[in-house]
Parts: sequence; structure tokens; C-alpha cells
Amino acid sequence: MVRLSMCSSGKYSLRGPALIPRMKTKHRIYYITLFSVVLLGLIATGMFQFWPHSIESTADWSLDRRSMHDAPLIQLPVSNPIPERGDLSCRMHTCFDVYRCGYNPKNRIKVYIYPLQRFVDEGGVPISSTGLSREYNDLLSTISDSEFYTDDVTRACLFVPSIDVLNQNSLRIRETAQALAMLPRWDKGMNHLLFNMLPGGPPDYNTALDVPRDRALLAGGGFSTWTYRQGYDVSIPVYSPLSADVELPERHHHRPQRFTLPRRYFILSSQTAIHREYRAELERLKEENGEALLLLDKCSNLSQGVASARKRCYKGQVFDYPQILQESSFCVVLRGARLGQATLSDVLQAGCVPIILADSYILPFSEVLDWKRASVVIPEEKLPEMYTILKSIPHRQVEEMQRQACWFWDAYFSSMKAIGMTTLQIINDRIYPYAARTYEQWNNPPVVKWSSVNSPLFLPLIPPRSPGFTAVVLTYDRIESLFRVITEISKVPSLAKLLVVWNNQNKSPPEDSLWPKIAAPLKVVRTKENKLSNRFFPYDEIETEAVLAIDDDIIMLTSDELQFGYEVRERIPYRLVGYPGRLHLWDHEMGKWKYESEWTNEVSMVLTGAAFYHKYFNYLYTYKMPGDIKNWVDAHMNCEDIAINFLVANITGKAPIKVTPRKKFKCPECTAIDGLSLDQTHMVERSECINKFASVFGTMPLKVVEHRADPVLYKDDFPEKLKSFPNIGSL
Amino acid sequence: MQAKKRYLILFSAGACLILLLYFGGMQTALSRSNNRRDDRSLDGHHGSPQWHHFSGSLQPFSPWDQMETEEYNVHISPRQKRDVISGVYNGKRCRMDSCFDFSLCKTNGFKVYVYPQQKGEKMSESYQNILSSIEASRFYTSDPGQACLFVLSLDTLDRDILSPQYVHNLRTKVQNLHLWNNGKNHLIFNLYSGTWPDYTEDLGFDFGQAMLAKASIGTENFRPNFDVSIPLFGKDHRSAGEERGYLKHNSIPPYRKYMLVFKGKRYLTGIGSDTRNALYHVHNSEDVVLLTTCKHGKDWQKHKDARCDLDNAEYDKHDYREMLHNSTFCLVPRGRRLGSFRFLEALQAACVPVILSNGWEMPFSEIIHWNTAAVIGDERLLLQIPSTVRSIHQDNILSLRQQTQFLWEAYFSSVERIVLTTLEIIHDRVLQHAARSNLMWNSLPGGLYSLPQYSSYLGDFPFHYAKLGESCHDLQIDLKCASKFIHVDGHEFGSPGITTGVYRKVLF
Repeated sequence: MVRLSMCSSGKYSLRGPALIPRMKTKHRIYYITLFSVVLLGLIATGMFQFWPHSIESTADWSLDRRSMHDAPLIQLPVSNPIPERGDLSCRMHTCFDVYRCGYNPKNRIKVYIYPLQRFVDEGGVPISSTGLSREYNDLLSTISDSEFYTDDVTRACLFVPSIDVLNQNSLRIRETAQALAMLPRWDKGMNHLLFNMLPGGPPDYNTALDVPRDRALLAGGGFSTWTYRQGYDVSIPVYSPLSADVELPERHHHRPQRFTLPRRYFILSSQTAIHREYRAELERLKEENGEALLLLDKCSNLSQGVASARKRCYKGQVFDYPQILQESSFCVVLRGARLGQATLSDVLQAGCVPIILADSYILPFSEVLDWKRASVVIPEEKLPEMYTILKSIPHRQVEEMQRQACWFWDAYFSSMKAIGMTTLQIINDRIYPYAARTYEQWNNPPVVKWSSVNSPLFLPLIPPRSPGFTAVVLTYDRIESLFRVITEISKVPSLAKLLVVWNNQNKSPPEDSLWPKIAAPLKVVRTKENKLSNRFFPYDEIETEAVLAIDDDIIMLTSDELQFGYEVRERIPYRLVGYPGRLHLWDHEMGKWKYESEWTNEVSMVLTGAAFYHKYFNYLYTYKMPGDIKNWVDAHMNCEDIAINFLVANITGKAPIKVTPRKKFKCPECTAIDGLSLDQTHMVERSECINKFASVFGTMPLKVVEHRADPVLYKDDFPEKLKSFPNIGSL
Repeated sequence: MQAKKRYLILFSAGACLILLLYFGGMQTALSRSNNRRDDRSLDGHHGSPQWHHFSGSLQPFSPWDQMETEEYNVHISPRQKRDVISGVYNGKRCRMDSCFDFSLCKTNGFKVYVYPQQKGEKMSESYQNILSSIEASRFYTSDPGQACLFVLSLDTLDRDILSPQYVHNLRTKVQNLHLWNNGKNHLIFNLYSGTWPDYTEDLGFDFGQAMLAKASIGTENFRPNFDVSIPLFGKDHRSAGEERGYLKHNSIPPYRKYMLVFKGKRYLTGIGSDTRNALYHVHNSEDVVLLTTCKHGKDWQKHKDARCDLDNAEYDKHDYREMLHNSTFCLVPRGRRLGSFRFLEALQAACVPVILSNGWEMPFSEIIHWNTAAVIGDERLLLQIPSTVRSIHQDNILSLRQQTQFLWEAYFSSVERIVLTTLEIIHDRVLQHAARSNLMWNSLPGGLYSLPQYSSYLGDFPFHYAKLGESCHDLQIDLKCASKFIHVDGHEFGSPGITTGVYRKVLF
């Protein structure tokens, strides 16, 4: 459909709307029919494209239901081999065959899922009481829908059995192990990934899956530091089935103000199977601190039909679970028989900060998630001191932890899909570490990612002996003025090189002999097109970090002013440092941004008619400018200076610096041309630029400052010859 | 003119028709492939069918009442269980929970005691530096009764029997220390262990429940959150203070003369020789320059192979320092042991280290995200290394390079830095909930400058504002956020006039 409209509109705009009336009626009818036929044809194609999918999917659905019972039945002979118990010394470089993953430009592993089979022993009894669970099916479906999936077993890097071992309680250990060993590509468990959430069984509840599994990787919920093979296994959460059913009212996100909504309780304990010793300690805490604590337990006398999982009670008072978790700042997540608790997931979902009391527990996804920012880990032994410890945490930090908890749940806990994809991503990051996701990507919630700045230039380097700067003069044909500018700049002590960007394709630059004779090397670059963005191209000729962009009519800047500007930039290397300052303002009446060139108390832009900056920003301007800004600037022949201000402010999060008091930059001979009206259209255009760029950036990155940099002694009554920069001060 | 228009229209109509046919064709091809997939799944499970999305009728993996089991209550009390742990998990399975006595740190905080030096004991200069760094630190106490951590005055740095620095009879000397207590709350520094030919990580004495701060430690022997992996440093490593890295400016584009360099010994046989013997496959003598020499040890001529003479000649032509300073990446392959001096040299020279040392627990891995400052390679994939480093984007090279400088200056630039970092890592474990977050350790100015006693909340440290978008969350008057909330709130705080306060805080 889109194609069609492109076709026709292309035609009309090409020839103009007057075309049809001028044609003969016969032809018109002919063409109209032709087009309708084509139109109908395309519509039909479109329909065809949509219909079959829905038909297929219903077909798939019934097919699947059938095939689950049709899954081939495999009988396990008693004498079948059993894999060895997991090897605790396994690491990626010893137990994982990295050759299978290969080198690929996408840096993504390929994951294969074994087809479903139903294993039974010789007596026909299945190896698992639940068979394929809903959650494991969700997990496998997620993988098969993801970019990791491959159905080609020979290209796979990671193998996921369809044998469900999420819950050890429903498994027959020996038979499950035999079934694993029967998998066609098992090969001592090499590159196989097992998902388990409830490991161990009574009486001592091992912290890792008891099924012998050779070298298979284990994504386990409830690892202790003794069973977890760091850098090999993946610690995953215990999925809480409540997550799928319950949608908690939005309490966070977007508006930081909301965080300050008071929560009724300080500490809440909602688990039902707490060891009686610990429950006694919690009750003692409650006695000491009263209302701040809420200790919930199972409800004993619920009417029939009420889901007991969704209710908690305190002395006959009934509370909705997990909604009640939202009413507390901190929520206790105490170890049970197992270290991993599904409660953790509920607590995070409610934006309640989990207090983890489970010694030696490896927190979910701890390889990548910074739990210090989202939870409080307290040794079980210190349970009696819990209240004092938590009270010592500043309120603002608690709020941030709540936000962080919410984000962790959203991104990594909320569904089997989230859990599965996070696990695969972690393994992927190990195999392609140079393309791994960063700490910030893993840990910063979208709000922070969005508002934070992560500039690739972050180290405050201050060169000891400075290599000087390269002046880049953009010119078209104002030769006389250009030569005056060159002569002025050549007096600046730190000038390393002068680069003239010749933007006039119809005219050659003057002969070499006509140019002013200056000490620094002078180089002329001829451009192919008259574009403003040529001024910001990262020319190889620019060998210094510092670049001075200057127009060919800025003749009034003294060499002291320029040298001083350069030295300021050396100290704050990643900012724009310039002479003409401008401001953006919010126009309340019009509801949009406005460009301001009056003398104000503030500055948010410096114009690149004369400004120092780092060469890196040339590179960003040329190759990384968001949206169509670059083309837009070239098309309008305006606002390249505003664009670079946006770019630098966006990446550094900082305002530019205006240097020296000078405010007048128009040359005397330019003022004559029809002043005011030109000025006004100019202002309107510039305002449009700001609004346009703000919409492309999706935000207003510009920052405002109300100070500028001047030399130390510039206003003092002091002998001129004792000042470093005497020739500064004129407006 | 009319005819021209007509042709044009005819042409565009034709183009649309072709487009239509094209789409139609693709559609049939698509549906055909769909059919094929269906066919395959229909006739059972031959070949490799896609995973089906089963729905309905499946049971949950754990019924709710089963997940929160009650049986637990009848078993032994958790208090007893905790006591059992410390009995079971010791030696190679030590963890803070089982081998460290937190109660010693309770009353006086994290204090470190250094045993008085005994007369006649020889001690290397490096170990002397370590001890004086501790004694000069804010953690030092001269009273063993106040101490939470103990450091020996016996030189344990070099445990290679063939080395002249080797201290004999360490076993008995250690056992005779009356505060030894089977090594509980002791920290032992070590740079070299094992000897030719197998270079095991055995220290040659029983260190009981002591923690190791050890160089070249392998993941198999490393006890997570208990041991500390430290870098290998030479005896002329600066003893105290901070030494700047060599990066003086950020060149754009960031590429240097060489892409990847290495200059070092080639072991002809024995442990660690595989990778170095294969380096010549990757060497291209242009921008990937990997030079090896066979000349080392007394009897190298005996094992000499066909390439040795050629390699040795080229090796002598290049200067190590020149290569180090003019390369974007520096190869850091394992030596006989897992770590090498080259690692710190590359780090200081802002040459991004490319690590080829399988199983090496990277220095201070507990707190440093090495992916931001180094490329962790796999010895098995040596041949892929050139394409890997070439695939790294310019922006990433810039930030990798700067991160090398930050990490070097913050944690590695002197023996004092290395020792303090080691102590602070253990300090963080003792502090538990009040420990520094990973962000503090991995961004300027680094963990040693954020005192957890002051605060462990990121928002209290101005250096992290920009990374956290803190001005947004906290001060709420930042324009960037303000413009975002315009839609949400229905009123504007767009006027930039109110932003002034922010910039004084985040100025530099």
C-alpha cells in the first residue's frame, strides 16, 4: 500500500496537478482504469499477505496440542549410562567448546533446542511427574522466537534439551540423567545448557541440581558460593507465577516525585515458610519497633475458592498479596530450605527494596547486575540488627533502590522470556567479551540511560606541553577579509596550522604567491560541494586535538583573545569554548523554543564563527549526527553552529564556555545591508532550527551557564605589561 | 510533450506492476517455505523442527504450596547450620562466610596488623614496600588486639624454589606464630609460585584459612570473594604515590602506527609454549607485529627450531618501548605463569591489552570490569584475534584507551595503590551492605577516593552525577528532564532561568 502511494504521489509532484485536466477524456479513463487495476492488485497482495498468517497460526496451535501427546516415547533401559556428576572445576576455557560458536560479525551465539520427546523407564513410568511445564515451554518458545535460535544442529553453539528440569522435586534423578546422556549431541554435556529453579530435595536441599550432568552449564536458581562455578554457571531467579497474573498499579517510573509517596511500613515480611527461629527473631524486632514492621503469615481461615497464594494475614487481618508489598520500603527475603526464593521476584515487582538474608547465596544474574544498588544484603546472623542497619540508609538512597528494584524486575525477572533471554545474553557476552553489554546497559534503568551522559571522552587529560591548535577557516569568496583573518590568526603563539576550507567550486583559490606570508603551515582544502558541513569535516590535515573554527569575516579578535580562548579549552578539553554567546529560551505563549541574541545574563551556545573545540566533535558531526540534521543544515545553509552546540551538549551534558567580554562581531562593512528585516527573518529561522533539533534529539540538550572566562587581571588597575593578556576587554 | 507525459505515466504504471509481481512472487515463495516447515513438523520429528509453542493444558513447574515448603521447620536450626558450614568449607573451599571471623572487625573497624620483623629474616624490596604501604595506611594498627586482618612479616612473595629470594622453612616459621590461629583473618601476598617445569600454584607451605593476594592466580584455585587477584609487578615498580599514565591526548582517529604488537620470549617447549609458538601465524610485519626470540635460558640452542634464527633477527630490529607506545592494542599472552609484567606495561602505555591467558583470574576481578579496558581473548581462538581487534569501533578504542589510564592511575600505578586496593576490597566485604557499588570502582575518580564511611550512596558523590543523570532525578530543574516532563505534567518548567544552580555542581 505504501509503495503505491509513493508511486502515484511521485508522479503528481513531478508533473504538477494540472496534468489530468489537460489530457483527453479517453486517455484519462484509460489511465484511471489502469491505475485502479494496479491498486486492486496491490490491495489483494496485501490481504493475501495478512490472511494466510492467521490461518497458519491457528493451524499451528492445534497441531502443537496434538504433537505434545504425539511426541515420541523413548524407553530408557536400566543399564543406560549415567553422566558424571557436575565437575566443580569446569570453566568456559576447559569445559566449553568455543569452536562451535565460531566467529561471526553479529557476535551472536546460535542456540539449538532438541525436539520434544517423552522419556519413560522400562516399566513405562515417565521420568518426570509434570512432564513439560508451562514455564519451561514458555522459555523454549522464547528461545525459538529469538535471534539466538537455529534449527540447524550442526551450526549450533549451545544446546538446550527439551527435558524439563526446572523443579527437581518432580524428577526421577537417575532416569533424568540417563535421558540427558541419550541426547544425540550430548558429548559429555559439552555446550549444553540446563535450566533449573528449584534444586535439591529433603532433607538437606543441595543448592545445585542433583541430576548428574557431566559438563553441562547450569542456569540455576539458588546457587550457593560453593556450588556456583563462577564464569560458567548462570545464577537465575526463581520465577514467581504471580508475576504473570498480577499487575500492580503503577507507582514509579516517569515521575520522580511519586517516589516520595510515603509507604506505610518500613519493613515487611510476607514469606509463609520462615524457620521458627527466624520468625521469633522477627517478632522480637516487631515488639521493639511496633508499627514500622508488618509480619504477615499464611491465612488459616480463608473461605473456599479464595486463592491462598494471593492472601496474607496478620492476627486475623487479611491483606492482598502481592499488593501489600507496595506499602513497605523494605521487604524481607529470608532463605527457606532453599536459598533462592520466588518472593524476591514479587518484592522487586512491588518496588520494595529486598533485604536479602541468605548467607552464601549467589544473587540472580550477579555476574552483570549490581545488586548493591537495588538491595540490602545482611548476614543471617545480623537479623536482630536489621532495623538499625536499614535506618542508617539515607532516604534518597532508598528511593533510588526502589527505582532500581523495579527496573530489575521489569527487565530481568518479569517473565520466563526475560529470564531466558538474560541468561543467553550473559553466555553470549562471555563468548564475545569484546562485544559484551556494558555495566551501564545492564544496570541503568531507561530513565537514567536517557538522561545520563556517557561521553567516549571522559578522562580529563591535560597535555603538559601543548601541541597547539589548527585554525579552520571556512570561506567562499571574500578574499580580502579572509586574508585579514589569516594575518590576525597567524599572530597567535599557539597556532599549529591554518586550514582554509575553500567552499567555492566555481572559482579557484588565489595563487600561492598572493596569500599572506605566515609562520605556521597554511593549507587550502577545496571542497566538492558548497556545504556548511564541510567546516566540520575531520580532515586528516587537522593533527591537533584543538580546532579553532572561524569565519572569514571575524577580523576583530585580537591574538590575545584567541590565545586566551585556546588556553581555556586546554583546561576543559571537551567543551565548546567560543566568543559569540547565544541563548535559547522557552516561549510560553508560543509553546516552543526561541533563539535569543540579546545581551543576557546567560549563555547556552557559542557560535562557531569563532570557537575552539575538540576534533572528536568533527568526527561526531560528520558521522554521528542524529536524524537528518546534517542534511537539513546543508539544505538550509544555516544553523550548523547551533547543530554542533546541540551535539556537544548532548554528549557531554555540559554547557559551552564563553570567553572574553566581546559581544560585537559584525564587521563595519556588513552592517549596511538592510539591517532589521534581515535580522528578524534570521531570528525566526534560527528559532526554527532550535525547535527542529530539539525534536530530532528528542530532548533539549543545551545547558545554560551564567558565567564566562576572563583573564585573571583583565579588569584590574594594573600596569599593562604585567598582564598576560593585555589586549582583551573591548566589546 | 503529451506523448512524453503519456510515456512517463505508462512507465510508472509499468513500474508499479513489476513491483506487484515482485511482491506476489515473494509471497508465494514465502508461503511455500512455510508449507515446507509445516510438512516437516507434520511428519513427526524427523529432521530438525522448530520448537512448538504448546499452550493450555500444561502444569506449572511448581505448585504454589510446594514452593514454600514447611518441612524446613523440622530440620536443624539455622544457627547450628551456620556453625557446621565453617567446619566443612575450609582450605580450598574457604569463603568469607566459613573462614573469616567477622567479629574481630566489629569493635575497632577494619584494622590491619603487621607482625614485627624478626632479625635475620631476609626480605625482598617489594615485600618491604608492601609492608610500609600498609603501615602508612589509615588501616594500620600496631596492636594485634585491635586487628581485624593480619599480615605476615615473612616474605611470601617469591615461592619459586629455584629463586634466590625463596624463604626456607616457612612452614615451621608460620606455625610458630602465636597469633596464627590456622591462618584465620590472615592475608598472604604472593607473586610467584611453583617452579619449572609445571609451575603449580602451590605456595610450598600450609596457609590454612588465610586469604591470598596472589598474582597469576588461576580460576580453578581462586576462591571467589575470598582471595584477591593482584597484578604481577616488578621490583622497580614505584613504591608509593601515583604515577601518571602515558596518554597525553586523544587523537582522532584513534589508530596508532601499529594495530597489535608483541615482543617477548618464545618458549619452545613446556607449559605456556603453545600460544607463543603459534604467534607467527598472525604476524603480518605491517600493522600486526608479533616478535619472538628463542634466546633465553642456558640451553636454548638444544631446543632450537627452524624458525628461530629468522625470528631472532627480526626480534632485534624492533624496540619494545617504541612498539608499546605506538600501538593501538598490545598482546598479553600468558608466560610460564598466567600473568606477566607486560600487562601493567601495556596498561600504563595506554596500549589496550589483548589478554591471551586462559583461566587467569584478572587482577582485582572482584571490582573491575575488565571488558571496559581490555580485550579478553581466548588462546584457542588466536587466529581470530586480528579480525576481532579490527572489528572494534573507533569510539570503543577511545574509551578503552582512556579506561586503561584511569585504572592504571587509580589502582596499579604504585605498590601502595595495589596494596590499598587489595585492602579496600577486603574492607568492602567486611562492610557488607555499606560497600561501594561497582560504578564507584569503575569510573573516575575510583573506589579509593570514595570513603564508604562517608556514604555508599552514589548521589552523594558529584563525580557520578553525569553518569546517573542525577541532576534529573534529584534536582529536577535540569532542562533535559524538564522538557521530558512537560508532556506528563501538563505544565512547563521550560524556562532555563531556573537551571543555574546545577552547573556549579557539575562544572568540571
